[in-house]
Amino acid sequence: MLLIYCPYCEVERAETEFRCGGEAHIARPADPSKASDEDWTEFLYMRSNVKGIAAERWRHIHGCGRFFNAVRDTVSDNFLKVYKAGEPKPDLEAIAKEAGK
Amino acid sequence: MSQPFRTEKGGRIDRAEELTFTFDGEEMHGHKGDTLASALLANGVHLVGRSFKYHRPRGILTAGSEEPNALVGVYRKGDQTPNLRATQVELYQGLEAISQNRFPSLGFDIGAVNDLMSPLFPAGFYYKTFMWPKSFWDKVYEPIIRAAAGLGKPPKNPDTDFYGNLYAHCDVLVVGSGPSGLAAALAAAESGAKVILCDEQAEFGGSLLSEASAAVDGKDPAHWAADTIGKLAAMDNVTLLPRTTAFGYFAHNFIALAERVTEHLPDPDPRLPRERLWQVRAKEVVIAAGAIERPMVFPENDRPGILLADAGRTYLNRYGVKVGHKVLVATACDTAWQAAFDLADHGVEVTAIVDLRETPPENLVSIAAARGIRVEAGCVVTGTLGRKRIKAALLGRLMTSGQVASGGQIECDALLMSGGWTPTVSLYSQSRGKVVWDAEKGAYVPGKSVQKERSIGAAKGLYGLQAALEDGYAAGEEAAKAATGKSSGVTRATASGGDAGSGGTLGALPHDRNASRVKAFVDYQNDVTAKDVKLAVREGMQSIEHIKRYTTTGMATDQGRLSNMNALEIASGALQRPVTDVGLTTFRLPYTPTTFGLFAGVSRGDFFDPVRKTPSHDWVVGNGGVFEDVSQWKRAWYFPKNGEDMHAAVARECRTVRESVGLFDASTLGKIEVVGPDAAEFLERMYTNPWKKLAPGRCRYGLLLNDAGFITDDGVIGRLAEDRFHVTTTTGGAPSVFATMEDYLQTEWPDLNVWVTSTTEEFAVAAVQGPKAREVIAPFIEGVDLSAEAFPHMSVKEATFCGIPCRLFRISFTGELGFEINVPRRHGKMMWETLATEIEKHGGTAYGTETMHVLRAEKGYIIVGQDTDGTVTPQDAGMSWAIGKNKFDFVGKRGLERPDLTADNRKQLVGLLTKDPKVKLEEGAQITTAEKPATGTPAEGHVTSSYFSPALDRMIALAIVKNGQALEGKTLYVPMPEGGIPVEVTGTVFYDKEGARLNV
Repeated sequence: MLLIYCPYCEVERAETEFRCGGEAHIARPADPSKASDEDWTEFLYMRSNVKGIAAERWRHIHGCGRFFNAVRDTVSDNFLKVYKAGEPKPDLEAIAKEAGK
Repeated sequence: MSQPFRTEKGGRIDRAEELTFTFDGEEMHGHKGDTLASALLANGVHLVGRSFKYHRPRGILTAGSEEPNALVGVYRKGDQTPNLRATQVELYQGLEAISQNRFPSLGFDIGAVNDLMSPLFPAGFYYKTFMWPKSFWDKVYEPIIRAAAGLGKPPKNPDTDFYGNLYAHCDVLVVGSGPSGLAAALAAAESGAKVILCDEQAEFGGSLLSEASAAVDGKDPAHWAADTIGKLAAMDNVTLLPRTTAFGYFAHNFIALAERVTEHLPDPDPRLPRERLWQVRAKEVVIAAGAIERPMVFPENDRPGILLADAGRTYLNRYGVKVGHKVLVATACDTAWQAAFDLADHGVEVTAIVDLRETPPENLVSIAAARGIRVEAGCVVTGTLGRKRIKAALLGRLMTSGQVASGGQIECDALLMSGGWTPTVSLYSQSRGKVVWDAEKGAYVPGKSVQKERSIGAAKGLYGLQAALEDGYAAGEEAAKAATGKSSGVTRATASGGDAGSGGTLGALPHDRNASRVKAFVDYQNDVTAKDVKLAVREGMQSIEHIKRYTTTGMATDQGRLSNMNALEIASGALQRPVTDVGLTTFRLPYTPTTFGLFAGVSRGDFFDPVRKTPSHDWVVGNGGVFEDVSQWKRAWYFPKNGEDMHAAVARECRTVRESVGLFDASTLGKIEVVGPDAAEFLERMYTNPWKKLAPGRCRYGLLLNDAGFITDDGVIGRLAEDRFHVTTTTGGAPSVFATMEDYLQTEWPDLNVWVTSTTEEFAVAAVQGPKAREVIAPFIEGVDLSAEAFPHMSVKEATFCGIPCRLFRISFTGELGFEINVPRRHGKMMWETLATEIEKHGGTAYGTETMHVLRAEKGYIIVGQDTDGTVTPQDAGMSWAIGKNKFDFVGKRGLERPDLTADNRKQLVGLLTKDPKVKLEEGAQITTAEKPATGTPAEGHVTSSYFSPALDRMIALAIVKNGQALEGKTLYVPMPEGGIPVEVTGTVFYDKEGARLNV
């Protein structure tokens, strides 16, 4: 039962209050008409499946309802960073190094 | 003589309180403080069960939860709980227990024929048998296997007990209350940390309770245990949980504990839960789970009367029970010698100590000599005699050549064996830590911590009483410091005696017998022998995961804690690869079998799922309506009158709606209020349709796609103002449409000035449909000119219903003149009852979801999720008209342009009419071009909706079929077991194709 910190509520809550939203920082192309079929397929279906440090979206669905992002180690389930929607993607390699990986 | 194997004194049982119990109907005596196992042994009963596959007579092997053989059923409230381990069942007055897996009796079990036919039943035999002839599958093999399968018999009655659940937080959770666990708990508690200490046993103290030849602070170790427990019990910051198994280690130090509250009570207070689930979030965890002794793998090592040496010692010192009068001790390590000495001290004849090692420690040999105990060093037991109770062991001498020479027989009525010790790494493994091989100890021990935990004492392979205490104190302080920042020195006790000792062996022991004939058991409960493991390797299993599953070793209730290491060593030898290469399988929760009741907690019966009711619910009940479940909602399905069956009721309801009027509860459909300056822009981007030019007061049928281009939901959307829309969704789709809107708003278009609110439960909705609909609602509506000119089809206006503010929609899912009235939910019942009374005057009827389905199908209106399946595009469904032209973008627009979605031969929505109008198609039935297609012919499509249509007085259906739109008029077939049903492909609208009935 993961403990997750919501950056809006500013409190750690049990995972049952949240819903995972898949890989983070996948922007929907602003002009879809300019996307090739490969681009669109990539956007729809292709996700990294990282064993290790990954950035993912979470929603505090049974709390404030906001989406936010987290950097999680998919092996140990340690949450290394939590940040609000709209903030830039952090340097995952630097975070991994700091975590001693 | 009662209890012939009870010692004269000693043990922790209450000798003053004698209890009576029955086992397989036979009355026996024991004492308070006994387990069922110790009481049976006190009565000289060793035969307690029959093994799983071979039905071999089996006896008690251990004194703990890892017990593989002594699985019993215990009666309670007239029913029995199966598969309880007798070593954990606490004796009480009147306990009734039975043995399992035997027919007709434990002493005479016809299943034993399996043992004779055992060459036919090696490991994995079921992968190679029961195949021919095919006709035997249902009639012979399945019934026989079902009857033979499993061990205990399931209870017959529903569980009437209730199970509690609570959440707890603590600084330090200590699992296990042996010497290291008690020391850790004390150190942590005295540092001020909030401590929870749990132990699976009824009494705290672990190995301290059976130690007769050591001392802690100069006193009996059990005395120190009692002292420590007393101190802990007096501290406010400590929670003591005996009879509580830590069975699961979850993420972020979330540990699940199963507390057995009333199992040991003959007459429990009915207000108590039978068990309690503790869901604990601990800042730090200390695992003091101890180590488990390993059996020795020699031929016939499974006879009743053969136990683990430490179990023999525990029964003697803790329960005051001698396992036999003439006991043989077979060992490869030092600790079993102490069992021999303790037994000798109680007057038991120890017929010999047979040690695998050529030169066991001199001090032990001297002590044995001093007590006149025969010692055979460099020897092994190569077999045993005595079917229902051991009567002798065969001795073998290890020669320098590696061969074993026969050394004759030694008489015994019990045999204690020790192959060494295996640290209990189960909980550590569950925490996702990786065990590491310690070659010196010949064991897997915990490696790096992944969670905030540490293993101490024997659980990490650190043996000996003094070492255990020291390790415990240190860990307790360290855990408290890590959790709270504080620690304080605790007065440390010191131990003398209880030395670690040395020695141990892994794998099968050598012998001089015919290896292909004898059975040397590795996993007792699943009847897996050493040759089974070797067979698996010969048959090509290389990975330990395959060897485990092929042989089923390690898959019993002890989860391999008795067998894994021996199996691993045998596999390693057969594969000729080192043990570390072969690997270890994963320990999973639960640590020991845990009841369904505990996991279910209160989620049973009415509490399993919330029931959602609409405001018309009571009226439906009162008027004989039948409900169906739609998600968690109870929706009226049909209203049978005067003995009608469903078919008759639905036919009547349908006709009545089309001829006069019907009343339907539409409250369950999703509603979302979309508000803000960018409301129209937002809907433009979400739905396929154009919205910006929709005038306030008008409605449009909205089609929702996902970005792959497939239909996911639909619903009428009404515009109330420039900046306000009332969006409806399907009943089942309400939460996900709302979530999808929030996803796009928060993460893709945060710049849009619009907000969305779920209003599904805010409005009660009554749909009034039929030619007389206007007359029915007119008396109650104010603020709207209801005439066709002023309020055409697809209009919405705010008005009042009986003076209550409402939203009135003129929309129809039936194809008849229709209105939907939305009032605040608290007025829903009044609205429904008012309208229900009114329709009577017009010869109208209430109708349910079945009629709703038929009426819309007659008009070709789709139901998302029934006529679509997540792969249907608007074009496939014949709804290109719903797509706004010249829209820059909407969710799904780009997806629709992908080649596969614009390809030919896509499955398209069509209507089907069976050639024989009475034949009804099954929903889901496949459609083919041939009447009798060859097996393997791919289907052209399938039937999505199928009903009897009262309007057409015949069967109609909707289907999706390849290239369907080009096949109108053609004949296709729906193959069924009775034969292919011919159908004609038609358009999707069966009734009032021009839609004239809507525009009145």
